Amino acid sequence: MNALILATDNVNVAQNVAFGIIAAVMIFAALSVVTTKNVVHAALWLVMVLAGVAAQYVLAAAEFVAVSQVLVYIGAVMVLFLFGIMLTRAQIGKETGLNNKGWALGIPVALVLFGLLAWVIVDAFGDDVLPDRGPAPTVMLSDQFLSIYLLPFIAISFVLLAAAIGAIVLARKD
Amino acid sequence: MLALDPILEGPLLWTPLFIIIGKVLFIFVVGLVATMFMVWYERKVVSGMQNRIGPNKAGPFGMLQTLADGIKSFFKEDLLPTRADRIVFRLAPFLAFVPAFLLWAVIPLGGDFSNGNDGTVTWFGHVTRVQLADPPVGILWVLAMSSIGVYGIMLAGWSSGSKYPLLGSVRASAQMISYEAALGLSLAAVLLSSGTLSTAGIVAGQNSLVDWNVISTGIVPFVIFLIAVTAELNRPPFDLVEAEQELVGGFNTEYSGIRFALFFLSEFMNVVTMSAIMVTLFLGGPQPLFDIPVIPGALEGTIWFLVKLFAFLYLFVWLRATLPRLRYDQLMDLGWKVLIPISLGWFLLLAALREFSPDGDAAESLRVVVISFVVAVIATGLFAAALKVSARNRAAANQPADNTGVTV
Repeated sequence: MNALILATDNVNVAQNVAFGIIAAVMIFAALSVVTTKNVVHAALWLVMVLAGVAAQYVLAAAEFVAVSQVLVYIGAVMVLFLFGIMLTRAQIGKETGLNNKGWALGIPVALVLFGLLAWVIVDAFGDDVLPDRGPAPTVMLSDQFLSIYLLPFIAISFVLLAAAIGAIVLARKD
Repeated sequence: MLALDPILEGPLLWTPLFIIIGKVLFIFVVGLVATMFMVWYERKVVSGMQNRIGPNKAGPFGMLQTLADGIKSFFKEDLLPTRADRIVFRLAPFLAFVPAFLLWAVIPLGGDFSNGNDGTVTWFGHVTRVQLADPPVGILWVLAMSSIGVYGIMLAGWSSGSKYPLLGSVRASAQMISYEAALGLSLAAVLLSSGTLSTAGIVAGQNSLVDWNVISTGIVPFVIFLIAVTAELNRPPFDLVEAEQELVGGFNTEYSGIRFALFFLSEFMNVVTMSAIMVTLFLGGPQPLFDIPVIPGALEGTIWFLVKLFAFLYLFVWLRATLPRLRYDQLMDLGWKVLIPISLGWFLLLAALREFSPDGDAAESLRVVVISFVVAVIATGLFAAALKVSARNRAAANQPADNTGVTV
């Protein structure tokens, strides 16, 4: 019934169905990240969540963002995560003592964050239907980054640089 | 519709659908046959270089040896170590194998690119390309898939539940992460000169010999890319991942039967696909050097592609037969202290040349190069001075917590 209404409103039904399926998989994977008893499995479930985000980007015709998501998060960040886990605690099977004492505090924080993001998105877009204009060309994206969004772009790079230097200073013992 | 292929423009009919399914099947078969061939070719060429005969029993010149090995590994017992993580242990071979296959999708395998043609061909009245898909982010797809391939090796080592595989996979992931940076930076030089991310676009931009990226980016990115790819592929002289003398067999020690075969095949398939990517990026892919008479243009592209591909396949085998393995610290030094600074510096130099000497005027280009060189020398001097100061500070303080001079 709902799908019928969407179809009459010029909404791409297949896209919405795919969005729902991927979102369900992502929610399941996200819950598994915090419930599994093995650190490596948790990291792999997180990979699943990030891959789901990439899939959602593809659905939204943002292929450059999708590929960047795979490259940066799945290809670099998570590989480093796993690498760190393997160097320190590469135990196979269930582990005990993974839960932090204050784990229950995480639930309200997560709910507040979810509420905030949901409110922002609904407030900004409401019931708008995105125009069907196809994928944004990569050239356009880079033009935006290097012209009007140049300052935030450089600021974020600077923060990342500071984080990298900070990590080295903290980790260096000699 | 994403701009993957000209065939997808317009209504989706049966003929385009069959053409695409045909292409998928073709790429699957070509991938497998090329891998089988590569295994045989490597064994044969290496044996020739070592004054042996090599495989010569199964089929003409032993060409069916790989097929025989494959059938053997299908029927072997498939062991699952007691301490292994069952699900991940079974998943890992596929994580290595599937991305290797998916890479084939974006490589232009042929088509008429000569004289400024755009490389499209007409099959059954439909305009298409001799490649499965030409996404606007093609070359990033290559990087993404090769970074997913790392997971197969890492997880295989971890899930085996034994130390040698774990050590092998830690080595492998460290090596692959380190060299991916140099790989990406030398790739950026190509993208700077091509101005597009689509593989077909990169090939179409390399119209004549001087436009081939190997020359137009000035050979250095090509050499760095070649070295970094060899390290990414874990091939000699960078095969520390499965150094037999130190690690028994590396990450795949506990694997047997068909799962081991999947790792083995993906390794050799990666050699072929990475060679194809180097041909596409630097040597113009299906671009002809000269016009072969009689043969039609589209087929000619495939022939040129294969000729260039073979040059790289031979090069990889040759490297394996001649070079000794690097020590681990040498490997890391080469990656971080040599390849990354050079590729980054070269990229900046190319960008400066493009900005300040856009029409390639000799005097202006020379001025840009000299200024860049001076800047590089000053930067290196400052960096060396900073290192020296921090070393002196550390020696003076002589206690662990002092980090005032670290300026990395």
